[in-house]
Amino acid sequence: MMAKYDEPLLNEIEEEKEEKFEEIERKELNIPNLPERQVMKHFIHLSQMNYGVDTGFYPLGSCTMKYNPKLLQRIASMEKINFVSPLQDESTVQGNLQLMYELEKMLCEITGMDAFTLQPAAGAHGEFTGMLIARAYFEWKGERRKNVIIPDSAHGTNPASARMAGFNVIEIPSKNGRVDLDALEHVVDGETAAFMLTNPNTLGIFEKDILKIAKVIKEAGALLYYDGANLNAIMGKAKPGDMGFDICHLNLHKTFATPHGGGGPGAGPVGVKKFLEDFLPLPRIKKVGNEYKFDYSSKKSIGKVSMFYGNFAVLAKAYTYILMKGKELKNASEKAVLNSNYLMEKLRKAGYDVPYYGRRMHEFVISLSDLRKKGIRAIDVAKRLLDYGFHPPTVYFPLIVEEAFMIEPTEDENKATLDKFAEVMGKILHEDAELLKNSPHSTPVKRVNEVMAAKKPKLTWKDLK
Amino acid sequence: MMDFLSIKNIDELFEDLPPEVRIDGLNLPPAMDERDVENKIREILSKNKTFYEMPSFLPILKPHYIPAAVYEIVARQEFYTSYTPYQAEASQGMLQALFEYQSVVAELTGMDAANASMYDSATALGEAALMAERIKKKGSIAIPSNISYRKKAVLKNYVEGAGIRIFEMPYENGLPILKKFDGSAIYIESPNFFGLIDDRKEIIENASDNDALLIFGTDPLFLSIFNPPEYADIVIGEGYLGNPMNFGGPLLGIFTCKREYIRYMPGRIIGATVDKEGKRAFTPILQTREQHIRRGKATSNICSNEALCAVSFLAYVAVMGKNGLRRIAIQNEKNAHYMALQLEKIGFEIPFGKKFFNEFVAVSPVNAKKLNENLLKKGIQNGLLLDEIENGILYGVTEMHDKAIINNAVEKIKETMEEIE
Repeated sequence: MMAKYDEPLLNEIEEEKEEKFEEIERKELNIPNLPERQVMKHFIHLSQMNYGVDTGFYPLGSCTMKYNPKLLQRIASMEKINFVSPLQDESTVQGNLQLMYELEKMLCEITGMDAFTLQPAAGAHGEFTGMLIARAYFEWKGERRKNVIIPDSAHGTNPASARMAGFNVIEIPSKNGRVDLDALEHVVDGETAAFMLTNPNTLGIFEKDILKIAKVIKEAGALLYYDGANLNAIMGKAKPGDMGFDICHLNLHKTFATPHGGGGPGAGPVGVKKFLEDFLPLPRIKKVGNEYKFDYSSKKSIGKVSMFYGNFAVLAKAYTYILMKGKELKNASEKAVLNSNYLMEKLRKAGYDVPYYGRRMHEFVISLSDLRKKGIRAIDVAKRLLDYGFHPPTVYFPLIVEEAFMIEPTEDENKATLDKFAEVMGKILHEDAELLKNSPHSTPVKRVNEVMAAKKPKLTWKDLK
Repeated sequence: MMDFLSIKNIDELFEDLPPEVRIDGLNLPPAMDERDVENKIREILSKNKTFYEMPSFLPILKPHYIPAAVYEIVARQEFYTSYTPYQAEASQGMLQALFEYQSVVAELTGMDAANASMYDSATALGEAALMAERIKKKGSIAIPSNISYRKKAVLKNYVEGAGIRIFEMPYENGLPILKKFDGSAIYIESPNFFGLIDDRKEIIENASDNDALLIFGTDPLFLSIFNPPEYADIVIGEGYLGNPMNFGGPLLGIFTCKREYIRYMPGRIIGATVDKEGKRAFTPILQTREQHIRRGKATSNICSNEALCAVSFLAYVAVMGKNGLRRIAIQNEKNAHYMALQLEKIGFEIPFGKKFFNEFVAVSPVNAKKLNENLLKKGIQNGLLLDEIENGILYGVTEMHDKAIINNAVEKIKETMEEIE
């Protein structure tokens, strides 16, 4: 469980004396001078008021909160990574280039794509990169295609990324929790640039019509885009490249455990089929003999999407993770899918509703809308879970399920944890409505007032004076 | 568990996968144990040369000392393994840290508000241009022609979809020349790509006369001893403090602005509020700008950001304090000026004068490309060759470059020059 402190802000801690510096231009600077002892205490207290993967069960759907092996941290803290500049001569960074080159090859094998860029800094950044590639491709072909089609169950980043790349977004409804082929065929035409799809989708359901979907998209001359958020379900079982996807992004902080960092940094590599390789951002990494080189030669490339070559320290962690797991990545996916189906059945037995009931992949969605008659919302159950030491699942997503709880246990949880979670969920179902609405009771702070925060935003410690 | 699901074989759970796409495993090596993995990676990385093995004078992302306490803080699993702090009651630690980060960068840049991070300074520039366009809707932005080509390339990708045109300002004596410009925003840097401090008042006047927003790119360490650009509307920068170079990533895009524009901002923002008992608490706010609510109409597509790098930045500032920051900033400035002087003594020219912080351009009296190649053989990574200036080299010097390192490098540069001549 988390600790409770009335932890002051940094600027509220007793300060040490200010030094006087001669001849500096800036006079006013409100940054406190604190002894290291006080700084450490402050941050340790803060950390103890935060829930992490090592704290307990963290079943956030679509986020893949798997265990982060500690070797990854050690690798990323090595001087050979920390103290290397991105602008050094190629001959002095051969290790880094080799690592990136090999990681690209591994990602190709895992996804069935032909080439990867490691430059995007996050999943959404990868989507944006993928959409820029689609745009550049059609410009090169001299085709004006302005629409991107997205299912209504998609992550919010999909439409946002497509829009940022200058496309119109057409959203299509789902049917029985899957892509509605008729609806898709109805909107696909010569102006369609791409169809963005997560598979398995955000309900945890595999789009079994994927080959038909791919055919519809191909026949219209459009591109099929794979949102890799849910890749953890299918490693070693199927490859997006074999399903007909032309572009895909991965979330290394999800599937390859690099971890989430309280919001970031992540990494969102983008893979493409051969015919799109020349459009990838620059530089690419080439192997010439035994030497690795940056290659800036492609004229069709979209250029750059971030300052250098991507979040290298994160890439090194993903590389480490893939080496550790190797072929057993398949077992990870199998266990993730087993855990998910097991927990879903447990929760059904406990009395929860599973819309579009059937087999699930690595995650599933339950609806808590029955509880509304008691005046209880999904958020109340989520907060109550905190009292039992669990991090709540993703709430109110996907949007197509009312009062949704999106649950992804990952492969790293054992049966005892899943059983305990199901037991607690069952218990909450019969708890007093007021108890739930006033929860959480045991956390560092009680239910946080988000409405007040938005009315008169207080964004810095100056605003609190 | 399989019994509970009434299945005999795990593949029954994968029956929705069409047979045509099913595979049986991946063509990857078998799993390796931890020690073997570490040894393999050590061997690969041994081919790299670090700053400690090969002194480097490269600009843009430079080596800085990071106190041990900073590593300890960001190594807390509660910080690095956690998800985005949407469940505020379980994330007060991260939320308060990010609120403090926002406070510190707003203070440094002289702005009212900050977001909780962008990917890097280049994407921060792209997002700033999009934000200015949302506010002013004039369809164009002016930028100095002498900014990093990296930033230019990223900016182009960010603004093209929104139909924003980019005008490049020519430069004179290393500083951009401003003419009348009727667009959404003017982007200026100080210190700029050539390392020069640009505090000309006409920049401000030009922007305000034409009702364009002023986007200001700057450096957080520089701001501990130089006046902040309070006259800007949006301030961006690279938040390298407390974050290792890591071969260029992860980085931290600083993004701050004036209060009146906060609802146009991209990215996550943390605010202070209270819990139901009136106790101070922190929470993500103004989320209706963001993609998970607003989808295609969001101010940005950003979801994962660089939160842990923001915590590193904050931890660095907290450990150093105002005194420490200023001491380091002064050392940076002194070391860079010392290096420039030594280079002048051996025949280099400093073409744009001495008004710089910790980066500067020097023109080599001999072929700069040849000079760098030969220096590399002697174990020195010289500064960055500039395409813009014949034999121009952009140097980056920090507190890590003490007199001994600089003297040794200058000695070797002199020696190499003589070999080339």
